[in-house]
Amino acid sequence: MEKILDIKDLHVSFTTYGGEVQAVRGVNLDLHKGETLAIVGESGCGKSVTASSIMKLIPSPPGKITKGSIHFKDQDLTKMSNKDIRKIRGVDISMIFQDPMTALNPTLTVGDQLTEGLKQHKKISSHDANEQAIEMLNLVGIPNPKERMKQHPHQFSGGMRQRIVIAMALICEPELLIADEPTTALDVTIQAQILQLFNKIQEQTGVSIILITHDLGVVAKIADRIAVMYAGKVIEVGTRREIFYNPQHPYTQGLLNSVPRLDQRGDQLIPINGTPPDLFSPPKGCPFTARCPKAMEVCENVYPVHTKLSDTQEVDCWLQDERAKKYIAT
Amino acid sequence: MLKYIVKRFFLMILTIFIIATLTFFLMNAIPGSPFNEEKTSNAVVQQNLEKHFNLDKPLPVQYVLYLKSIITFDFGPSIKQPTETVNSLLGRGFPISAELGIWTILVALISGITLGVVAALRHNKLIDYTAMTIAVLGISIPNFVLATLVIQVIAVDLKLLPAATWNSPQHMILPIIALATGPMAIIARLTRSSMLETLTQDYIKTARAKGLSPFKIVVKHALRNALMPVVTILGTLLAGVLTGTFVIEKIFAIPGMGKYFVQGINQRDYPVIMGTTVFYSTFLVMMLFLVDIMYGVLDPRIKLHKKGGE
Ligand SMILES: Nc1ncnc2c1ncn2[C@@H]1O[C@H](COP(=O)(O)OP(=O)(O)O)[C@@H](O)[C@H]1O
Ligand code: SF4
Ligand SMILES: [Mg+2]
Repeated sequence: MEKILDIKDLHVSFTTYGGEVQAVRGVNLDLHKGETLAIVGESGCGKSVTASSIMKLIPSPPGKITKGSIHFKDQDLTKMSNKDIRKIRGVDISMIFQDPMTALNPTLTVGDQLTEGLKQHKKISSHDANEQAIEMLNLVGIPNPKERMKQHPHQFSGGMRQRIVIAMALICEPELLIADEPTTALDVTIQAQILQLFNKIQEQTGVSIILITHDLGVVAKIADRIAVMYAGKVIEVGTRREIFYNPQHPYTQGLLNSVPRLDQRGDQLIPINGTPPDLFSPPKGCPFTARCPKAMEVCENVYPVHTKLSDTQEVDCWLQDERAKKYIAT
Repeated sequence: MLKYIVKRFFLMILTIFIIATLTFFLMNAIPGSPFNEEKTSNAVVQQNLEKHFNLDKPLPVQYVLYLKSIITFDFGPSIKQPTETVNSLLGRGFPISAELGIWTILVALISGITLGVVAALRHNKLIDYTAMTIAVLGISIPNFVLATLVIQVIAVDLKLLPAATWNSPQHMILPIIALATGPMAIIARLTRSSMLETLTQDYIKTARAKGLSPFKIVVKHALRNALMPVVTILGTLLAGVLTGTFVIEKIFAIPGMGKYFVQGINQRDYPVIMGTTVFYSTFLVMMLFLVDIMYGVLDPRIKLHKKGGE
């Protein structure tokens, strides 16, 4: 299948009063057409920064892409001018943020906010833009779209607002949709509805989705592949099957043991003890060493080898090294 | 909406009534009367005068007559300038004061908002620091000090503009500068901080993610929200400009309403004091009312009526 996004060795830093925060430290990710890739990991591991970097949406200053490339189809987005990247934003790539309560402008009508992207990027009459917006609201399941267009965000519930945000993101028919924790701020029942909506949209439009979440329960339903991030790095990536049934990184295993799973009823939940390392001065070895139950001497000092386990599964862990296998055996 | 306006209207009437009543009793509590400076007039003449202006009647009766004059908006003749009625003084002074006031507010709003927005967009850059230094100076220098300063430097030393009176557009520049600088500085600081906060909001991120131009993001998405706090202080600012006009009119010898007001107090010219006070307060209360309505129009979340919303 055609690759539409290819992130290579992405480094992002923030210059703060306390020093330089290395939020993203060499991320490699790719995405195929029509695929859903989930990025999971604890809060602060660099998921949002990675996602925001794609469309150059990190606040700058203080943020800066210090190294690496992000290829969208044939172009390197990191090398684009602000003017050119604006033609990509909302048109080829759209992004949805976590909190639907704050993502919409409280003083503008929903209709205005839905159509302004269309009007900005396409030569379209107000009437046609409105028609298209109404169609979009229908698609995301908002009743009475015509009347609702004239209302303001505060007249909608949280779940409804997230549907509007999704409609807004899809209105220019993008090829890639980045959703940063789109269900985190919602009630559990609403969460399920929104996830169903993502499925439906993907079936109808064929859009590729990057779904960011710290909740493995969410990705179990809709992700084709899963990338696990830790301390600014992708430490394991694989298909949903591989990650759920054959996780190789101790952190991935820990994550899975710490969330309730339908297929392993009755198992005890085991939280991962400790906290992630300080990103002002990240450790030179494996960043998980301090919390890893299987840590070895080498882990602390040398960053683990990158191992390809299958066509789809890759992991950064010393346990994959032949010598470690011997060491464990003895 | 209508219910709200009606309610606010009655509240307005009540406010004006309270101000008028307080003015009346405070005025009568000040020692002295319109006539005790005039050594020349003898007792009989004074008695006749007091009778003419109803000052011989008991206070409650005077109060009722006074209320009547407010309702009919006819404050009678001035005591000290018998050829003038209070209404004719107001009619002559108000347009001049209004001109000064409106220009001041306009200049303060436009320059204050521009300064604030530019400072916010160039946060922590030289322009930001310069604008905010100007703002701090503007807030800390009282308008009468600034007035004397600009008269000395611009009118007397440099001879660029006339120092006083109100005859041509050139005459208006210095008083407006003196009066507008303070409010401008307040607006600039408020706009800047409010703009900085607005620019970090999620909906600004959403607007950026849509590929809107920076201009559209600032003007359409940020400015409107950032100006909300400016609208809320507009009422207070207006009151400040209004009282400021008394002082500025005096310094620049502008024949506005402030001149008659101050004169009226100095001379215990009761009808003039009452007339100007009631006029000023009615005007101010009405403006505050307009500001409230404007706020409701700008921010759809503010409900001017009970029903609506979820
Ligand atoms: N604007 C910023 N200024 C400074 N540091 C930031 C900023 N945004 C993010 N970071 C840092 O980058 C790291 C990753 O953040 P983020 O990508 O938001 O995490 P998450 O995985 O929870 O989405 C965090 O350690 C955070 O402190
Ligand atoms: S490299 Fe070492 S410390 Fe890191 S996860 Fe693997 S075993 Fe644990
Ligand atoms: Mg995040």
